[in-house]
Amino acid sequence: MTAKASVMTAASPRPRAPARLPGNRTLLFTLGALAVLALGGVMTQTLANPYVFFAAFVIVQSVALATGWNVLGGYAGYINFGATAFYGAGAYTAAFLLKAFDASIFLCLPAAALVGGGLGLMMGYMTLRVQGVYFAIGTIALVVMAHTLVLNIDYLGGASGMALMAPEPPAWTGGQVQFVFLVMLGIAVLAVACARWIEISWVGRGFRALRASEEAAECAGVPTFKLKLSACAISGAILAMTGAPLIFYASFIEPETVFGLALALNAIAMPLIGGKRSWPGPIIGAVLLGSVQQAATITISSELNILLVGVVLIGFVAAAPDGILGLIDTLRKGRR
Amino acid sequence: MFLDQFVNAIGTGVMLGSIYAALALGLAVTFGLLHIPNIAHPAFVVAGAYVVAVGNSYGFDPLLVAVVALVPFYVAGLAFYEFYARLFERRGAADTMNALTLFFGVSLVVETALLMKFGTNQQSVNVAYVGQSLVIGLLSLPYRLLVPALLAPVMIGLLWVYLHFTHAGIAIRAVAHDERALSVSGIDPRWIKRHAFGIAAATAVIAGAALIIVGPVDPFGGRLMIGRAFAVVVLAGMGSLPGTIAAGILIGVSESLVAAFASPSWAPAVAFSILLATLALRPAGLFGVRR
Repeated sequence: MTAKASVMTAASPRPRAPARLPGNRTLLFTLGALAVLALGGVMTQTLANPYVFFAAFVIVQSVALATGWNVLGGYAGYINFGATAFYGAGAYTAAFLLKAFDASIFLCLPAAALVGGGLGLMMGYMTLRVQGVYFAIGTIALVVMAHTLVLNIDYLGGASGMALMAPEPPAWTGGQVQFVFLVMLGIAVLAVACARWIEISWVGRGFRALRASEEAAECAGVPTFKLKLSACAISGAILAMTGAPLIFYASFIEPETVFGLALALNAIAMPLIGGKRSWPGPIIGAVLLGSVQQAATITISSELNILLVGVVLIGFVAAAPDGILGLIDTLRKGRR
Repeated sequence: MFLDQFVNAIGTGVMLGSIYAALALGLAVTFGLLHIPNIAHPAFVVAGAYVVAVGNSYGFDPLLVAVVALVPFYVAGLAFYEFYARLFERRGAADTMNALTLFFGVSLVVETALLMKFGTNQQSVNVAYVGQSLVIGLLSLPYRLLVPALLAPVMIGLLWVYLHFTHAGIAIRAVAHDERALSVSGIDPRWIKRHAFGIAAATAVIAGAALIIVGPVDPFGGRLMIGRAFAVVVLAGMGSLPGTIAAGILIGVSESLVAAFASPSWAPAVAFSILLATLALRPAGLFGVRR
């Protein structure tokens, strides 16, 4: 019974399946991405107030985080409560390299991506025989295990965290914050480009098949095993890379914030609020929620902040599971 | 010395494990029987612990408060299930991802609401027997662990009898087995599921009482428990009630051995390691049937 039903859901035509012509749009997208990078560069030269960059870093980090989460959670339909496990792995990889070898941030990024990708692969292997709910619970487990591991490594500062001085940034950037902001902007653009490529290529079609029904996809000859592993690895790599600049940004790292609830919550809430079916969704969600939170942490308490996000999250799950983009889609169809 | 430590670690582990089983019981019903991944259950347990703490601050016995609070928790469970069912089950197949996100949001709201009402301070209860121990030879059993540890077998036994020997209980097991067949036989599966969810929510307040007698509870105490509770349910095998207590004790003993002979700071990872190992090696659990 269930197998038949799931085949039917998978086979039913998706309402939103425009014939994508990559050529023009990819050119536009590339130009847009370059424009964003250029704008960031101009900002570091013209804006004097460093606070702008502290806030902008957090928002851009949210974009990268939400996009990374969405590769696995939105496209492939595997909900990951453990975004912080990957983020934290990346952050601590960078901190370790900085402490041990005084490494540059440009060495830390690929290293973090490797660690995150490896962790994603491991996660995929361990939960390969189970689906859905079990995967989600497994990801919670991963966070607690990573957290416990870090608490028990004295070299990484244990529970009290550690403070490290980052090496001098290149002179032209104007300062540490500006430099790290630019790096984070680069990561976010890279993440979005990667997500967009997945979406329009055969990989994305495979992920959508996984989400619709793993059984049906397997029967139709989709390599579900490989796809699932690659979704875990790509998502893990992006999330870990997003964590790497943290030590350069804050000069301080501690397990409670890195593995904390706020980040994990945001990684889920942002794509969900924006729309998890396509790449602009996480960006919209991250920019919206990120800016509101930046404003809210100054004006109201951080507890109320979390409560607010929780309520908004429930509201969206209940009323608009496809997020803001989904809402816009429905409105358009209603008008026609 | 070693023997002393070993015996006491086992004793503590068995008692802790029994308490974990009490925590996981509600989840064994909602997740194991109804297949609803209620990750908000540990947050309900913490809410139950707070109710007990408030009742105790007026001088009532924690267990008495918990028994009285069974009814409001049952009703709250009914209401919550109705909300969930209206959102998801009526649309056809429940989207697991959206359901999980919903429960995640709910547990967050519960925790933060507790935080805002009571602050970050830990809550605790005052009972006469806290601080004393039952000593049998080498083994010393503190009453603050022993009393809550006895709650789990009682609760699980009662629920098992209910599920096997009453009409409604048998219907709950039937709905877990085949929902359509149940509706053909003239029973409304929605009603039965709502009832089962209410029972699961009601067990949360007893588990909350157990938790707060063991030690002080803070609003985010449920977070660590999510892993333990799911580890117990998965290791037991979905929906197996006697398995719940065996799995709970297995996890409790492993944790307390690790805490005694390695370091307490490694203990939280034990349940999760067991969970991941079970998922990877034996997804059907110890007492479950392979589906």
